[in-house]
Amino acid sequence: MMAVEASRRLTDRAVCFVGIGLPSLAANLARRTHAPRCTLIYESGTIGAKPARLPLSIGDGELAATADTVVSVPEMFSYWLQGGRIGVGFLGAAQIDRNGNLNSTVIGDYAAPKVRLPGGGGAPEIATSVRDVIVMLRQSRRTFVERLDFVTSRGDKVRVVITDLGVLEPRDGELTLTKLHPGVAVDDARASTGWNLRVADTLEETAAPTPAELAALRSLASRR
Amino acid sequence: MGEIATLTDAVQALVSDGDVVALEGFTHLIPHAAGHEVIRQGRRNLTLLRMTPDVIYDQLIGMGCARKLVFSWGGNPGVGSLHRLRDAVEHAWPVPLELEEHSHAGMAAAYAAGAANLPFGVLRGYFGTDLAERTRVEAIDCPFTGERLAAVPALRPDVGIVHAQQADREGNVQLWGITGVQKEVVLASRRALVTVEEIVDVLEPRPGSVVLPSWVIDAVACVPGGARPSYAHGYYERDNDFYVAWDEVSRDRDSFAGWMRDHVLEEGRPAGRR
Repeated sequence: MMAVEASRRLTDRAVCFVGIGLPSLAANLARRTHAPRCTLIYESGTIGAKPARLPLSIGDGELAATADTVVSVPEMFSYWLQGGRIGVGFLGAAQIDRNGNLNSTVIGDYAAPKVRLPGGGGAPEIATSVRDVIVMLRQSRRTFVERLDFVTSRGDKVRVVITDLGVLEPRDGELTLTKLHPGVAVDDARASTGWNLRVADTLEETAAPTPAELAALRSLASRR
Repeated sequence: MGEIATLTDAVQALVSDGDVVALEGFTHLIPHAAGHEVIRQGRRNLTLLRMTPDVIYDQLIGMGCARKLVFSWGGNPGVGSLHRLRDAVEHAWPVPLELEEHSHAGMAAAYAAGAANLPFGVLRGYFGTDLAERTRVEAIDCPFTGERLAAVPALRPDVGIVHAQQADREGNVQLWGITGVQKEVVLASRRALVTVEEIVDVLEPRPGSVVLPSWVIDAVACVPGGARPSYAHGYYERDNDFYVAWDEVSRDRDSFAGWMRDHVLEEGRPAGRR
């Protein structure tokens, strides 16, 4: 459901910076359904990648072999990302706050961490250089927190947060629940949020996956 | 000049205890065999540089080769944590590990500055995040527009190590596919070691390739399979199963030590080869 909802946000002319996992699934789903000309960019330097199967890492050979062009990593981050050529960026994280700021660095104190996470990678500059950030994250009190342990990337450009329960969008700078997935109640979302969750006056329900979306998902999954 | 040498001799000649060493290869052409040779030679107190420390750095760190890590993303791609890296950071095992942490954009800019013989790289980044207080970055004002920008100190490794597909007999090197940050690392480093899949009579130009002339390289070692379990475009694929299996192997100190003994210290075989 998360991947389906995220894929619907991508237009046919979208140029998007894609990470591994759900973002990659969402972007490839979009490319196989309503947005065949959507451009997928992976931070390893592959621009216009058209993978037949979902990659395990952002640098799989499949991405380079099917790309329109492959550029170096410094070029990717300076000319293409900082240069403002990329419209949509996907981010995940271990923690998010009500302003869409993200933590993917540490849980606990930086100097003596409880859990040392992989770190920022491309995220800090993706968060500030693209036009629209889409966050994909499972919703729980552990991930949706009042206060981040570490601010890895800023939330200014987060336009939507898609979770396993529903969809949040910023309203006056604060993430607000605007949609629920079928079968999810508002109280489920509230109970899975570490702050007093703001809820939109009119809550929509996410449309169930269409047959075309399901078929494309199955085809992608079968080639994993 | 890029003298053709054995991997053992090249590492012995170029890598010393206490050096700043960068093994690069952004998800592709990761110099695993060279990293294993550094482990076998028992190098200590290294400052290791790498944008994406993954399995080979987990091994170097777990074997106690490093005192400091400069990096921008440390994980097992598509799998999860690096357990040896985490053990070093969270429990100082087997030795304490100091971290200097950047973003990809910052580290790429720092390598590019090193290659250009400039003191720092410049970018829009860091500010507004907690990283700014935890790493080596300073704000500078653009002298033309007054815009506040981030300056990151240039990375100038003592030794840069990369893996490539081919070298010719003169020690000129060509690599292609995802070329990552390898050109910048070799040009930023005081000494450079390149391992290659094969040595050929003539380097046939490939689309989008990086060519490194012999005179910017110190040693070339022919190590077929030297990137495994990473991959070499046109030669072999990434061993995804190995990356998944590493999660289990590396979770426990003893199983890690046993694996390293069997596959690196005694056998000396490239990891991931069945």
